[in-house]
Amino acid sequence: MTDRIVYLDHAATTPMLPVAVEAMTRQLAAVGNASSLHASGRGARRVVEESRETIADVIGARPGDVVFTSGGTESDNLALKGIFWARRDEDPRRTRILSTAIEHHAVLDPLHWLGRYDHADVELLPVSAEGVLDVESLRDSISRDPGSVALISVMWANNEVGSLQPLDEVVALAAEHQIPVHTDAVQALGQVPVDFAVSGVDALTFTGHKVGGPYGVGALVVRRDLAVSALVHGGGQERDIRSGTLDVPAIAGLAAAVEASVKAQHEHAARLTELRDDLVRRVIEVVPDAHLHGTPSGPLRLPGNAHIGFPECEGDSLLMLLDARGIECSTGSACSAGVPQPSHVLLAMGCDDDQARHSLRFTLGHTTTPADVDALVEAIGPVVERARAAKGL
Amino acid sequence: MARVVAAMSGGVDSAVAAARAAEAGHNVTGVHLALSRNPASYRSGARGCCTIEDSNDARRAADVIGIPLYVWDLSDRFHEDVVEDFMDEYAAGRTPNPCLRCNEKIKFAAVLDRALALGFDAVATGHYAQLRTGDDGLIEMHRAADHGKDQSYVLGVLTQDQLRHSMFPLGDTDKPAVRREAQARGLLVADKPDSHDICFVADGDNAGWLRDKLGDRAPNHGGDIVDATTGETVGSHTGTYGFTIGQRRGLRLGTPAADGKPRFVLDIEPVSGTVTVGPRERLAVDHIAGIRPRWCGTVPERVEGTVQLRAHGAEHRALVRVSGDRVDIDLLDPAEGIAPGQAAVIYDGTRVVGSATIEATRPVEARA
Repeated sequence: MTDRIVYLDHAATTPMLPVAVEAMTRQLAAVGNASSLHASGRGARRVVEESRETIADVIGARPGDVVFTSGGTESDNLALKGIFWARRDEDPRRTRILSTAIEHHAVLDPLHWLGRYDHADVELLPVSAEGVLDVESLRDSISRDPGSVALISVMWANNEVGSLQPLDEVVALAAEHQIPVHTDAVQALGQVPVDFAVSGVDALTFTGHKVGGPYGVGALVVRRDLAVSALVHGGGQERDIRSGTLDVPAIAGLAAAVEASVKAQHEHAARLTELRDDLVRRVIEVVPDAHLHGTPSGPLRLPGNAHIGFPECEGDSLLMLLDARGIECSTGSACSAGVPQPSHVLLAMGCDDDQARHSLRFTLGHTTTPADVDALVEAIGPVVERARAAKGL
Repeated sequence: MARVVAAMSGGVDSAVAAARAAEAGHNVTGVHLALSRNPASYRSGARGCCTIEDSNDARRAADVIGIPLYVWDLSDRFHEDVVEDFMDEYAAGRTPNPCLRCNEKIKFAAVLDRALALGFDAVATGHYAQLRTGDDGLIEMHRAADHGKDQSYVLGVLTQDQLRHSMFPLGDTDKPAVRREAQARGLLVADKPDSHDICFVADGDNAGWLRDKLGDRAPNHGGDIVDATTGETVGSHTGTYGFTIGQRRGLRLGTPAADGKPRFVLDIEPVSGTVTVGPRERLAVDHIAGIRPRWCGTVPERVEGTVQLRAHGAEHRALVRVSGDRVDIDLLDPAEGIAPGQAAVIYDGTRVVGSATIEATRPVEARA
């Protein structure tokens, strides 16, 4: 046991940046509903709109594109359901939604729901062994019947294995048939260059707590001229497609975090890439048959992600043994009733059940230091040895 | 200080056991066993186990105690070793005890093996039984101080090696005190009802569950109910697996017995599908043939002690003779309704000597 916590799970959530804490706390005691017309309301509204402008400015969008939500899951639901409904209303032949087999559950589950309860034809396209969308299969799928595609949703970067997706090609294919594209950029923002206008996507999801902002707030950046049906009905505060009293302090914290993390992105990525490469190299030195999953280090991989397979181990055993030594990471797998299931991402990449269970995801962030990497490298050898002894028992 | 895995079901006993182990200075890690392949999303009422609610209860208890909690998925092992065995035994006309089987194959085998391999020293559970070191240095298992709650019967399958790596922190305490302690410790499961039924038969309807699951594996889906005193067919049934020796309820006999006495199941023949019933006095047995013995310590040749033949059942004075894998038990106090498949747990005073699976019984009258 150690007193020091080595936090290597920044993709799950990352500590708030001091500027975000400051911006948020400054608003906590202020009164004013951003929808009210009096001075207090106008004050709150001003904070919201300045936040919207700040965000729009650093991510290459117009302020009117930014719709505040409760976070990534809501943004994904709003994009998928809202755009699907609106597009199908315009033309009932549009029943298909194309996506990938490695999306986050915040995308997969709404798609599953649309398929089951709303007659959507959902196609989850295959990925390579490195976890990258097979663009040819997307091309084939579109060309089978372009007029029936309501929406394409492809994540910017995969949350488990860190592989960046070929969004440029996706956007180009979609543009041939004027099909809107949504992307879940929750893991990408602040880690790699994300520019809404340059990307050419029509809708983009991000969330606060992955970029050093608060929990419970995020946004869907969506082109103003794209019709989106509302999910949550009420006062219509956000462009009439999202209702609910605006959370002014959270929005202020979100804007501060997005601004800081996007401005620091280049330097941050360079620092994390170096630390991550060091981590991977040294872990493999200690455990020679360990191997990196996903795309190789470079422009096609998230800088802070090291997703490593440890053959002949259970990821759950590794996680528990590391946790006991104060080292926190993730198996990257979802839980069903607390029972770890093999990751759908690794299965889609062609791993078998066993391979899908023997992996750990280490994700580095703004508080990660070389000492954290040292601590992991020191612990991993004995931990893997123990986990191997327990395998199959 | 030992490194201890505390098996936490989400119930009050295992929560207090874990808390006591931690308070005793051990380095405790909670483990919730996921045993069901299809955990029901939320249970109705208090029955069943392995639900999300149980897993959450275990997690909250671990939070309060201040220990980590992990879920270990043993559903495949449990299905193979416990559920399949349960079905096979009923199909063969026997009455298994899945809790013993689970202790033998899962909690103190699969879990213990994994724990030891991961660097732990012991597994602690909320069972009511006591461990002591004997004069010969062996670990002895004794009945719990609270005899009403004693669970040494379902632990009678544990070997010396397993006992050496086991901890039963509740053995010296009675249940009301455990509940009070849970309350005092702020464990929210303090008032959670006890579980009684077989955990994987969620609604307690054994026969219905077996009918549903056995399908083609059932030896029969019906047959005659025959009265042993007259040889007459007095009713019919929808599958021998729905019966256990000594059962009185649910026979739905069409013909009243000639002697006017209530009828009990005396015998089950899965091949012919015949269930034999008779008056209560014919249930009495005074000899048991046991197989598959498991000994807690030194293998005895002969024990003059007592045996217990079902969970929370009475103690019967007995003379036990052991010869290799066979155990012969003469009951000084005859027993009623003893079903093959159940375990006979052998005691010397409060100490558990070992156990055997009941293969056959001999009625009292046949002895003459």
